[in-house]
Amino acid sequence: MIYWELFLAFFIPNIIGYGGGPAIIPLIEAEVVGRYDWMTAQTFAETLALGNALPSPIATKMAGYVGYEVAGIGGAFIAVAATVIPTLLLMLGALGLLYRHRDSPRVKRMSQWVRPVIAMMMAWLTLGFMLESLNTSGALHTAIIGIVAAIALIRFNTHPAFVVIGALIYGGLIIP
Amino acid sequence: MKTRGACWQLFWAFFRVGIFGFGGGPAMIPLVRAEVVTRHHWLTDEEFADVLAIGNTLPGPIATKMPGYIGYRVGGVIGCIAAVIAIILPMIVAMIVMLGIFSRYRDVAWIRGMGQAVVPVVMVMMAQLTWDFFDKSKAALGWWVSIVMAIVAAGLIYWLGIHPGWVIGAILAAALLRPAGKKKAEGSA
Repeated sequence: MIYWELFLAFFIPNIIGYGGGPAIIPLIEAEVVGRYDWMTAQTFAETLALGNALPSPIATKMAGYVGYEVAGIGGAFIAVAATVIPTLLLMLGALGLLYRHRDSPRVKRMSQWVRPVIAMMMAWLTLGFMLESLNTSGALHTAIIGIVAAIALIRFNTHPAFVVIGALIYGGLIIP
Repeated sequence: MKTRGACWQLFWAFFRVGIFGFGGGPAMIPLVRAEVVTRHHWLTDEEFADVLAIGNTLPGPIATKMPGYIGYRVGGVIGCIAAVIAIILPMIVAMIVMLGIFSRYRDVAWIRGMGQAVVPVVMVMMAQLTWDFFDKSKAALGWWVSIVMAIVAAGLIYWLGIHPGWVIGAILAAALLRPAGKKKAEGSA
């Protein structure tokens, strides 16, 4: 039962999420935090922070960790398989068909039309993280970390790993 | 067959991509290209562009579709498995180990403080992604269509509580079935 739920929780976001791994994050959050309540917003944010600080694709890292948290090694395997295998099989199986339609306006339209919805869900998730942080760390810490992180990431293009490490140091020394 | 050697080459090539590729799947494509086209000559430049375009016609993470397909082409089923495992497994293990240690000591005040402090960082990263997606959406659909679609979808998903899968599924179906004219169509969920 739990394996089936894990499968669905990762199969659905990956089969509708156009735009690569990052597009899938808000869809996974809707399942893992919103629907099945496997994680709190706080632990999901921690997972995402570490996921962004480490290399390799984000969707499989999230699947592996969430699956492991929920149902051990077997859970990790199911969640990763649900992420990787269906679209890969489609790609291998329908290659000729896809090849003919790779420049089709309809196919382009699919990812274009989904984008505003994904963007909106990302905005919603951003708001959720803000409320979570205001709630647990308070306005002052949220503002300081948020502004410094924004300047570092956007203005100076700092590597996300360094920004996460900086936040960890600040959080370890100043928040308690 | 050269399969065995090819599988090891595939494994190490995508292992390197997985270890050095920061910033999520789409950001890793240049690294995949460097291994597949420049270093190992498994695909030509044009073939690589085709595979990328085909990958983009499908949903799901691009950084597993490409290694899976290239692995299959070079080394069959075993090659496919080797390539996908090489790119994803090391960092999944790292996540489980690091977060496992972290959540064991969650009761310690300064560890908890570290956990709290990363939430605003994730907020900023998500805001960046939001902006990026809106910006691309604006470029393709225009400002008004993007906003209206986003608001309609927000109402359906968060106000009426419809599962995002239905909303996005309906949009995908509309995009696919509607004749290739230029008219816009809203989320007809």
